[in-house]
Parts: sequence; C-alpha cells; structure tokens
Amino acid sequence: MVEIQSGIGTAIPPAETEDMELYHPKSWWTKYVFSQDAKIIAIQYSLTAIAIGLVALVLSWLMRLQLAFPGAFTFIDAERYYQFITMHGMIMVIYLLTALFLGGFGNYLIPLMIGARDMVFPYANMLSYWVYLLAVLVLAASFFAPGGPTGAGWTLYPPQAVLSGTPGGQDWGIILMLSSLILFIIGFTMGGLNYVVTVLQARTRGMTLMRMPLTIWGIFTATVMALLAFPALFVAAVMMLFDRVLGTSFFMPALVEMGTLLPHQGGSPLLFQHLFWFFGHPEVYIVALPAFGIVSDLISTHARKNIFGYRMMVWAIVIIGGLSFIVWAHHMYVSGMNPAFGFFFATTTLIIAVPTAIKVYNWVLTLWRGDIHLTLPMLFALAFIVTFVNGGLTGLFLGNVVVDVPLSDTMFVVAHFHMVMGIAPIMVIFGAIYHWYPKITGRMLNETMGQIHFWITFLGAYAIFFPMHYLGLMGVPRRYHEMGETIFNPPSAHMLNIFITVMALVVGAAQIVFLFNLAWSLRKGKPAGGNPWRATTLEWQTPQTPPVHGNWGKELPVVYRWAYDYSVPGAAEDFIPQNQPAPDRLSRGALA
Amino acid sequence: MSVILIFMAGIAVIITWWMAQQRLTSKPWLEVGRAGDVPDGSSSAPATEKIGLYVFLAVVGALFSLLISAYFMRMDTADWWSVPIPNLLWVNTAALAASSVALHWTKAETRENRGEATRVALLAALATAVLFLIGQVLAWRELAAAGYLLTNNPANSFFYMITGLHGLHIIGGLAVLSRTTWKAWNGAEPSGLRLSVELCAIYWHFMLLVWLILFALFAGWANDFIDICRQLLT
Repeated sequence: MVEIQSGIGTAIPPAETEDMELYHPKSWWTKYVFSQDAKIIAIQYSLTAIAIGLVALVLSWLMRLQLAFPGAFTFIDAERYYQFITMHGMIMVIYLLTALFLGGFGNYLIPLMIGARDMVFPYANMLSYWVYLLAVLVLAASFFAPGGPTGAGWTLYPPQAVLSGTPGGQDWGIILMLSSLILFIIGFTMGGLNYVVTVLQARTRGMTLMRMPLTIWGIFTATVMALLAFPALFVAAVMMLFDRVLGTSFFMPALVEMGTLLPHQGGSPLLFQHLFWFFGHPEVYIVALPAFGIVSDLISTHARKNIFGYRMMVWAIVIIGGLSFIVWAHHMYVSGMNPAFGFFFATTTLIIAVPTAIKVYNWVLTLWRGDIHLTLPMLFALAFIVTFVNGGLTGLFLGNVVVDVPLSDTMFVVAHFHMVMGIAPIMVIFGAIYHWYPKITGRMLNETMGQIHFWITFLGAYAIFFPMHYLGLMGVPRRYHEMGETIFNPPSAHMLNIFITVMALVVGAAQIVFLFNLAWSLRKGKPAGGNPWRATTLEWQTPQTPPVHGNWGKELPVVYRWAYDYSVPGAAEDFIPQNQPAPDRLSRGALA
Repeated sequence: MSVILIFMAGIAVIITWWMAQQRLTSKPWLEVGRAGDVPDGSSSAPATEKIGLYVFLAVVGALFSLLISAYFMRMDTADWWSVPIPNLLWVNTAALAASSVALHWTKAETRENRGEATRVALLAALATAVLFLIGQVLAWRELAAAGYLLTNNPANSFFYMITGLHGLHIIGGLAVLSRTTWKAWNGAEPSGLRLSVELCAIYWHFMLLVWLILFALFAGWANDFIDICRQLLT
C-alpha cells in the first residue's frame, strides 16, 4: 500500500455540523408523510413503485392466461388484452423500474454512501415524490375511465394510438397516459436534480469521485442520462396530446377512418418514433446502470474481495451512458430507413457490447478465487449475471439489421428485453433489498423464505423467458391476442405457451412469499446490528441503525480509502471501512 | 435529430472537460489517506444552488433542442407554410432583452449593497418580463385574427406550442423573481439577495438566448444559416 501524505500526524478534522441548514420536522405529518428526509422519501417511492408494479404483475398473469387458454376467459377480449400489454409494459419500465432504482435506491443510498446529511434540495425532493404519486394515480385512474386505459402498446405509436380502433384512443385512455407521463417527467426532473447535485456538491471530506462506490456511479450516471433523455418523451407526449386533444397534425397523417376523413394531414409518425426512441434507448441503461453499480457492490461485499478493475468499471459506466444516446434507431430497423443509417446504428449498437462485456468479465473476475458467501444478495447477483449475459447475447442478434428484420415483432424480441431489462434488473432489486433491508429496518429478512423466493423466482423466470426465444424463432408474433390456425405454428408451440403461463403464475405467486417476508421481518426478523455484512461503505458505519434524521450524529464521517478494501493482506479483519484512517495514524491514536 | 445531437455533443464536451479534472486515472486502491481534491465546502466553491440551476438549464436546453429538431423534421413535408412574423415580436424581444439587462443591473447593485437601486432594478426586470408575456399573448391573438389558427398548418402548431412552452418557462421564472422582488421591498438586505438575483439573472439570460434562437427559427433565418453551412460543407 502506498500511503499519500502519511507524514501528516493529525487526523483530518471532520466537516462542521451544518445544523442550521438541516430541516427539522415538527409534527408526525412532516416527519412521515410530507417528509423532506431522503430516507423517508426513498421508502415512499419504493412502496408506491412496488404497489403499482404488483398491478402490472397481475396484468401479465391475465395476458399469459389468454395466450395459454384462448377463449377460456371471456372477459379478456382483444381490447382488454391490448390494454393489459400496454399498461404492463409502461408500468414496469417507467413507474416501477425507473422510480425504484432512482427514486428509491437513489434517495436512500446517495446521501448515506457519500457521507451527506441529506439531499441538497430536500423540498424539491419531497415535491418529486408527490408529483410521482400523482402521476401513478392518473395512470391508475385510466383503468376506471370510460373506455378503459390505452391499448396502444407501451411504445404508443401514432397514428393508431389516437384512433378509435385502439382501446382508449378516442376515449380518456391515451389522454390520461400522456398526462401521467408528463407528470412523471416533471416529478423526476425535481428528484434527478437532487441526485446529481448531491453527488457533485455534498460528498464528505475525502470522498473523491474515484472513491465512490460503484452503486453511486451507476445511479449518478443513470440520472444524468435520464435528465437528458426524458425531455424527448416529454416533447413526444406534449405533441401527441396536441394531436389528440386540439387536432394538430404533428404525427398524424391524412387518414380515412370508418369512411370519414379525419381532420389531420401530413403528420409524420416516424417523427414520433425518433423522439420516443431517443428517450427509449437511454431508458434501457437508465435502468441497467444502477443495476450494474449495485451488483458490483453486492458481488464485492459477499465475495469478500475488492472489485476487479474499479477504474474500468467507472469508465465503462460512463462510456455506456454516452454511447446509449447514439443507438436509438436500432429500434426502427423495420421503419424503412436508409440502409446507411441502419449500418451506422448497428455499428454503434455492437460497440456498446465492448464496455458491457468488460463489466461482465470484471464481475466474474471479482468472483474468481473470492471467499464467496452464498447469501441471498449474492445469489441474486449471480442470477443477474446469468440472465444479463443471456439477454445481452440476444441483443447482439437483434442489433444486426439482417437478423433483426425477420425477428422483428416476434416473441424473440419479447424474450430478449424481458431477460435484459426485466428479469436482470429485478434480480438486482431483490438482491439489493435483501442487502440493505437490515440497514433500513434494523432487522434481517428471513433466510428460509428468502431461499424459497430466490429459487422459484430465478429458475421460474428462466423457464418463462428462455423457451420464449424458440417461439420467436418459429415466428410466433408478439402482441397477438389469439394465434388461431397458422401453418408455421405447430401444436408444440401452444404446449410451450401453456408451460410458460404455468411458470408465470408460479413465479408471480412466489412474490407473495417475498412480500410476506418484508412485512414479517419488520417485527420478527433477527436483529441485524449496524453492519451485518461486514461491509466497507459508509452507509454501514452510521452511528444508529436504522440511520436517524441527519444520518451521522454530530460529525460527518471522513473518508480515507476506497470502497473495496476487502481481505487486505495484513489487516486485522477482512474488511476496512472507508472511514478508517491509515494504520500508522491509528497507532498514534489520532483517531481517538 | 441533428440539432439535439449537436446539443448533446456540447453537453458531452462539458462532461468530458469536467471529468478530465477529476483524476479519473488515479488508482484509488493504492491511495490510503487523504488523497487529493477533497470537497471541503470552502467559500471559493460555486454555490450548490448555482450548480443545480446549471443542471436544470441543461435539461431545459435538451427540451428546446428536441422541439427544434422536431420542427426541422416536420418542416420537410409538403404541407408546410411558415408563419408570418408579427412585428410585435420585435417589441417583445426588446422587452425580454430589457428584462435581462435589468437583472444584470440588479446583480451589480446587490454587489454594491445599494438597497434602493436594487429594488427599482428588480421591479424593472419584473415589469419588462410581464410586458414580454403580454406581448406574446397579443402576438398570438394577432396571428389568430389573421387566420393562422393552431390546426391550420404544422408551422402554426409548432409556433403556438413552442412559444407557449417558452412562456411557461418564463412564468416559472417569474414566480421566483416575484418572490425575490417581494423580499427586496419588504426590507431584505441586498447582500442577502445576491444569490437569488444572480440565479434569476442566469436563468433570464438563458431564456433570452433560447428566445433569440426560436425567433430566428420562426423568422426563417435559421434555415438560411443551415443552407450556408451546407454549402460550405459541399
């Protein structure tokens, strides 16, 4: 170990307590409901996201039931089926994954992991949650609106999204969906400003950027991307709202519907696709980068080994973030674009595989000869690597124009993106909840229930989505309410559909075990202590568990080392917390 | 999508420049102790609120770049007739520019701790900004009276939508500016208003810049500029 400035004998004075600037709740309402404490806001965000996510889970059950047993459930007609796929997709991608990773984990972990007392703009942070909640309520309201929610597919492509043939197109569905998205983006921008500026401005003494845990790097980069990408969705939503409500023709070409000429003319549906995917592709990494960061920390902590190639991990996160803004049109290969553009976007898409592969190798090399503890967070982290590699490899298929064209709009695409941005990030979310629940509540989650939850979820999710690739290769299209008689569709395809549906029901039901575990362990769980995983990062070094308002007591922690000092040769324990000074200073008693 | 890509390239340059100063090539696993640049919250560091505003302006910039991108893409279709620019827009531009200048003046006055001048300057900024908004609404009415309605033509739709969104951003800024003015008139010391005034000034300059670009876009000069660029390239 090289020690920098080891000649200085005195410990670094911690930053002053900024008591004046810290907001103090005065009543129960401002402490737990209209709270400006990032930790409370994080829990509010997470619970709301999980609640609406459960709705999306039930919708996926209903879709699967229809696919496996067409006609058996008469209330799932074609219209309802389209409404279910639309709401399932939109909720899962935006209202669950984005909100949970950035609003949930971002809010809880950023101040704690960088040694801050709170976010820098607590009031805007609180507002962010309430606007998000409003967005969720507006979205949920569309289930009860006349005509039901929109059935335009989660991509909401015009012109069909606003036509009467699409459920919700000429009713309230599409209006509520677009309004909800606009609200979500406004709310997110308020939160996102907080996450970025807090990382930039509120790091404690000694916490250089290159000493930040990769979790923070992932969330930070993803937030920067989200701040720049969400305006594209905002613009698209506002323009479509104008088309639908005020009768403009941004996206709507001249159309004859049911024998009547619509007032629109000359609009460009392709313009919407560009705007949507300019947001849509970065969105994949907005979800993936926090997962990358979190999984790096889980693997390092539970393999008791420093992360392999920390610098490469940081650079890869930043490079992936940058590249993801110039690949959007690979979602539009079948839109009739110039082949030269297709070539360009295929190339940039395949280049992203390089930094991503670096990350995968580094996770595996971190595990190599590590002291692997197969704890629940580690199991979920390993499951993430497997599902992510699987989904990443099929991404290489779809990134190539010639392979993509025949596979476009088949179940292969559904299998690909569920693997890579559905199952993989959700594995990380579960791992992260098992990892940080002891810090949030002070109690461990039940191990047996956790094992049951893990094995059913992991194997079951694989059993759902792996066979789906074969359906796609056979040509089974996505978004079909009913297959009917098709030459290319053998009876075995239908049997596979039944299998997938059964697995989907089982995996969904296994989540009840998880939810029960969350509630049960709150009171009955084993007391966790301050640092049950013997981890190095700052959030485990708080004076109280769960951390109280202000996080750190009188003095902010001072950081002396990076976040991955596990199994350091010669050290007394197999981990050295980030706020522990270098040994020679310890011996001089400067710490005291 | 070229406009937004150019904007993103600009952001990328800023991020790269910033990251180049962050010792990204350091080897943190070798550096135990107090390594390098510790953020210590000293007075020379830029205020957190200012950083927050800059990040927000990047978001606003992305929003308007995307709108301009969409404008150019939609413009290529055959049914496009540009909106005639009402002369009133020149007056509005002058009002917004005056507002921006007034805030710059306010900033100077708060530095000199002159309370009376600060109050007057703030009021001038507020009044000219409100004048701009009223002018914009009058320009809308003028266009509508001349038959350029929202749905007649995509150029009209874009004009109303983009000026509307710009106006909303000005209204948002006005809320903050009004609060600052209110404080100034209710006895707040100019030194205590320095940061608020500076933030308002930055935001106002930015919204003026956005407006000038939009004005050039609607007047058609932006097209001429792009044509010149194309000719230079070919």
